[in-house]
Amino acid sequence: MYTFSNRLKIASFILMAVGALGIGIGFISAPSTVEEAKAIVASHSDGHGDAHGAAEASHHTTDAHGDTHGVAEAHGEGHHDAAHDEHQLHQLQNKPWSALYVAAFFFFMIALGVLAFYAIQRAAQAGWSPLLFRVMEGITAYIVPGGVIVFVILVLSAMHFNHLFVWMDADVVAHDALLQGKKGYLNPTFFLIRAAIFLAGWIFYREYSRKLSIAQDNSDDNSNFKKNFRAAAGFLVFYLVSESMMSWDWIMSVDPHWFSTLFGWYVFASMFVSGITVIAMVTIYLKSKGHLEDVNNSHIHDLAKFMFGISIFWTYLWFAQFMLIWYADIPEEVTYYVTRINDYRLPFFGMIVMNFLFPLLILMNSDFKRMNWFVIMAGTVILSGHYLDIFNMIMPATVGDKWFIGIPEISSVLFFAGLFIFWVFRALTKQPLQPTRNPFIGESKHFHY
Amino acid sequence: MASKVIQAFYDDDDVLMHAVKKVKEAKHHIEEVYTPFPVHGLDKAMGLAPTRLAITAFMYGCVGLTVAITMMNFIMIEDWPQDIGGKPSFSYIENMPAFVPIMFELTVFFAAHLMVITFYMRSKLWPFKKAENPDVRTTDDLFLMEIGIHGNEQELKELIAETGAVEINISEK
Repeated sequence: MYTFSNRLKIASFILMAVGALGIGIGFISAPSTVEEAKAIVASHSDGHGDAHGAAEASHHTTDAHGDTHGVAEAHGEGHHDAAHDEHQLHQLQNKPWSALYVAAFFFFMIALGVLAFYAIQRAAQAGWSPLLFRVMEGITAYIVPGGVIVFVILVLSAMHFNHLFVWMDADVVAHDALLQGKKGYLNPTFFLIRAAIFLAGWIFYREYSRKLSIAQDNSDDNSNFKKNFRAAAGFLVFYLVSESMMSWDWIMSVDPHWFSTLFGWYVFASMFVSGITVIAMVTIYLKSKGHLEDVNNSHIHDLAKFMFGISIFWTYLWFAQFMLIWYADIPEEVTYYVTRINDYRLPFFGMIVMNFLFPLLILMNSDFKRMNWFVIMAGTVILSGHYLDIFNMIMPATVGDKWFIGIPEISSVLFFAGLFIFWVFRALTKQPLQPTRNPFIGESKHFHY
Repeated sequence: MASKVIQAFYDDDDVLMHAVKKVKEAKHHIEEVYTPFPVHGLDKAMGLAPTRLAITAFMYGCVGLTVAITMMNFIMIEDWPQDIGGKPSFSYIENMPAFVPIMFELTVFFAAHLMVITFYMRSKLWPFKKAENPDVRTTDDLFLMEIGIHGNEQELKELIAETGAVEINISEK
């Protein structure tokens, strides 16, 4: 049995405390009036001079192309300045919320990605991975608190505590023909009902599969194993549809005029590679503490191969989405990338380096994939890169060019990292780290490359 | 190379693996092992050096990438400039997204084809080549281990008999 070491527990509490403090500071320092917002923007402009002016100008061109804010602003020439100030205020007010939402979603998505990976192992009746099932189950435990937190943020958005989702604002919809057309799907009630159904389905499968997995160890036949196989196959069908819709709802709808047909796959690739990376990292950590004796470097090698492969898969989808829009250059589509390339140049191109070039070059060599510290280092970069990926998906729509990775953003990551570590390692202590009666456990123990 | 070799036949890959390990333990040099199908882990058991094919694949991939970039730059930008996606710019980097599929494909193409050719050359395989395996049964259901004899024929025979060989031959090379 694994016991949660005190040092790790204290570290997770410190992360949560520091994070909570920073999140609080972020909310308190957000402007509450137009005048405060103006003051912040003015002080910001002084520091950055021309660069900011250029970003501002490009932001206006994107607005003119039919960004929702642009539509809301276009009430009349005379009101433009006031409307613009109001718009800036909303962006600055959104900043701590967006930071919170991005980090909350990012850590939730890791657990969900691991759940999908776990279900695939179950459905494929994989022989190499049963030794890692308890680790995966430990990580998916986070789906409950993580999912609840994301859901609460969505409910608060629907209650107008923030302006993350512009289509939730009845005033905006009233002046926007496109949003009126989407009203049947994009309305707060149906949105929250969908979110509740998705979360309920995922949490149900997680708990059910975990129960069967533990029951299998104490039973004298393989019936629980077979049930788990069927549950995994069923879950994957549900997951495929629900994950895709979740990505439209929770992420793509922050830009309600823009759409991409492969967005669900793209988000999936991100969560899948982040999830596999975390499995590898937790496994290596547990092994370094003397647990999981039967896990050998071939298991780590396989996880690293997945990290490598899915990183390239992510790039493939990222590029497939980018290239078609770039090539066609249709105004209502291309604004999505114009904003990102003009205002988010560093995180946008930085994430491609971190999510593609770095893992490609670092993890290509077969021997490197078996070295624990290499996998940890590559994993750290991959995780940061996929945080930036989510950041790039949400921030341009919610805070525009007012983005900055400062106290609210870093604190939110720290807080959820602490919560994640606490919850995952607490779940790992509940059961022995190695399943005993999985029919493939022998194969997994002898797995070698 | 030894002029005389001992050929031990096995009818099971597990038995062969154990035999190979045993012969290696007794510090005899295994000339070659012929099998009807690839036996997982045999190269490690025989103590063969790891393949360098992967390194050549990486280099070939780099060549393919370079060829793609040079070629597209010449065709689409320099020789006859093209208006790509309504964005005429006479610049490779600005039109780069349009060339990524070609860059990718040629990287894979060069890596794959040149790697196969390298493999054939390194294994001395070419069309109409006469088979090297000393016994045709190694293409059917028998595994053959070949050990050079250096005046220790009897000792080797005894060792191999212990490992469960189904047939032992001595042959001139």
